[in-house]
Amino acid sequence: MTKTSETRIPLSDISVSRRPSASIAVVGSPNSGKSTLFNRLTGLRQRIGNYPGVTVEKHIGTLKSENKTIELVDLPGTHGLSAHSFEEQIAIDVIFGRMEGSQPPDAILAVVDATNLYQGLYLVQQLLDLERPIVVALTMSDAAETSGIVIDIDALAERLSGITICRVVATTGQGINELRNALVDLAGQPVPQPTTAWPELTNAAQELANAATVPLSIAEIERLIVDGATGANQNVLDCLGPDAAERVERYREELFDFEPPLAREARVRYKWVREVLQEVQQKTPPFYSWRTRLGAFLNRPIPGTIGLFLVMAIVFQAVFAWATPIMDLIDSGAAVLGSAVAAKLGDGALASLISDGVIAGVGSVIIFLPQILILFVFIILLEDSGYLARAAYLMDRAMRSVGLSGQSIIPMISSFACAVPGIMATRVIPNRRDRIATILAAPFMTCSARLPIYALLIAAFVPAQDVGFLNLQGLVLFGLYIFGIIGGILTALLIRKTALRGPKPPFALMLPEFRRPNLQTVLIQLYGRAKIFLYRAGTVIFAVAVVVWALAYYPRATDIDPMLTDNQAAAAQLEQSWLGRAGKFVEPAFEPLGWDWRVSSAVIAGFPAREVVVAVLGTVYAVGDDADEASLTERLRAATWPDGRPVFTLPMVLGLLIFYACCLQCAATLAVIRRETNSWRWPIFAWVYMTTIGYVGALLIFQLL
Amino acid sequence: MDRNGKSLASLKRGQKGIIASVDVTDPQVLRLMTLGLVEGTEVELAGSALGGDPMEFRLFGCGISLRQEQARSFTVSSLESGD
Repeated sequence: MTKTSETRIPLSDISVSRRPSASIAVVGSPNSGKSTLFNRLTGLRQRIGNYPGVTVEKHIGTLKSENKTIELVDLPGTHGLSAHSFEEQIAIDVIFGRMEGSQPPDAILAVVDATNLYQGLYLVQQLLDLERPIVVALTMSDAAETSGIVIDIDALAERLSGITICRVVATTGQGINELRNALVDLAGQPVPQPTTAWPELTNAAQELANAATVPLSIAEIERLIVDGATGANQNVLDCLGPDAAERVERYREELFDFEPPLAREARVRYKWVREVLQEVQQKTPPFYSWRTRLGAFLNRPIPGTIGLFLVMAIVFQAVFAWATPIMDLIDSGAAVLGSAVAAKLGDGALASLISDGVIAGVGSVIIFLPQILILFVFIILLEDSGYLARAAYLMDRAMRSVGLSGQSIIPMISSFACAVPGIMATRVIPNRRDRIATILAAPFMTCSARLPIYALLIAAFVPAQDVGFLNLQGLVLFGLYIFGIIGGILTALLIRKTALRGPKPPFALMLPEFRRPNLQTVLIQLYGRAKIFLYRAGTVIFAVAVVVWALAYYPRATDIDPMLTDNQAAAAQLEQSWLGRAGKFVEPAFEPLGWDWRVSSAVIAGFPAREVVVAVLGTVYAVGDDADEASLTERLRAATWPDGRPVFTLPMVLGLLIFYACCLQCAATLAVIRRETNSWRWPIFAWVYMTTIGYVGALLIFQLL
Repeated sequence: MDRNGKSLASLKRGQKGIIASVDVTDPQVLRLMTLGLVEGTEVELAGSALGGDPMEFRLFGCGISLRQEQARSFTVSSLESGD
């Protein structure tokens, strides 16, 4: 605990960068409307950070009043103070101030869905024992009304130790001002009394707290009693003075007997919740809205499954068809910019660095922004409307047959845009084995960075003939997608049967009612995604582009025949550059696959980020600055071995495609696997495993066809 | 387990019941209990995925889905007829 030092700062500076006068944690179960409310309260005054050591995003927003700046921290959703998943653990650690480098929040904003008071009150009960000022926001009050739920707020507040309860509708802003006023003064408010839901536990915790050497909240000690001295609870035990372990054990015996403590807690607390609900909540006959009707229709197995496939088809169609015009625009924009720079700066290393390295390199990545944004719009819409949970539920049985659970479907679908957000989406999976298997399967999904090389090679070498009513080129592309899916599934299956053998992963999923997505929430989330992606393009990929450029540019050839055309000169330069030498060095290894040194060096250049491959092929085959796709295609078709055989034969191209479908050529994915699994073991394994499969696959295809 | 009621897994769509007992030997059941599936709570089968598994239940207005395997750890009493 650090205290702010008392340095004298001129008043004028303070208004610029004021330290927040209080920090309030926003706590609620997933789907309680927490994020919508958070966005409504803070608008764009928020920033996304990271908790140290983990990649869980930390959303911090500020709330300003006349003389105070309140910091709001949006925590990952949790149903209670006992963690069942990695995300829940993060939320709980922040609440208890156990997160490295951050202090416990000064107060709590508990977000409770008015249509789901039952589970919400379970959480609020536990939060009351934190001994921090707390205010409850009752979200979706409008939905509660239409479904016939009438809540007596005063009676409810009385049962909750007299804390403030604000009825809000986050989507329309109704009640937000009252909530904001309550939050501004919250930190100084008196601490509420623990509830009377389970006096035996509260008393036990209170008695233990009296002997504590440092101030501890009742809630922390309650967790120690219920969950036992595991993990962070060990520290709590150490603060309770001598013979604490025995006393805790005695309380555990007294309270739980032979019953599992969590079962006991659920029985006692929900019994209390039912009593409270009987008192404060009246149900009138519900008004059947489109939501309930749609929900009821999609509950039927067959319409539900058909609906899921329809939704997925629309998403794919959108990602591939709608993005094309914008992508073409970015592509030609980058080309125009590149040649303009080249024309302006002439022939030197700087001009080449900027036009061939930076603009071509970063441009080849920015081009995926439209696809990624469209995919994210859909994923955010599906998540916000409550449909993603339903997709997980519908796919559970199929996923279970490969040793995963329905929850793995969301990361898998996201990975079709990019494995990085896909892997980050695995955090909702409670079981670690299940989570790692999903992480290893995700990079097999055909991400948008694989598309350019697929498109280039298929257009150049797969005949555009019709097969029945389908086109052979489209069929090959579709086949590559299926190949990725099968590869991912087999990997998950393999890993769950060997290294990560274990019981079937648990499956318990909350299925929220359908709700209309909120425009503001969608836009704010989309903005955050775009920012992260562009930041990555601006840093990692920028660095990769510069390094690849330097490897292809240096050392400069001195003896290039002045009679050669520009393109031939560029090719000669490349042949003796570091990249070319590396390509020649590894050529013997790739020759059995039918690759010459040019393809090999492009493949090497693509290891940090596979999307640069097309750009490198363009340089390697010496098309020069005004490369459009047709001329690159021509060049590839014309490429020959020294003895005149064509390099790009159909078996070689198919092998190369399979290589790209497998190979984990993406430093960003490896880095995110490292962070999410917290070990180098898995990224190294994934890289070696996928590269081996890609190599062997390409070898078999080339040799056997 | 079959004292006075049927297993939760045997409910038909639209049928309601009150949880009468919970078999806590399966650790996964504990998670379901913390989500509110405890004795005395009224549940309704809202639907199921292809092949009847997993199943979706509603309790106090919220939807929760679980597999048949876990649903068998719960017995329900005082059934109402469904469709």
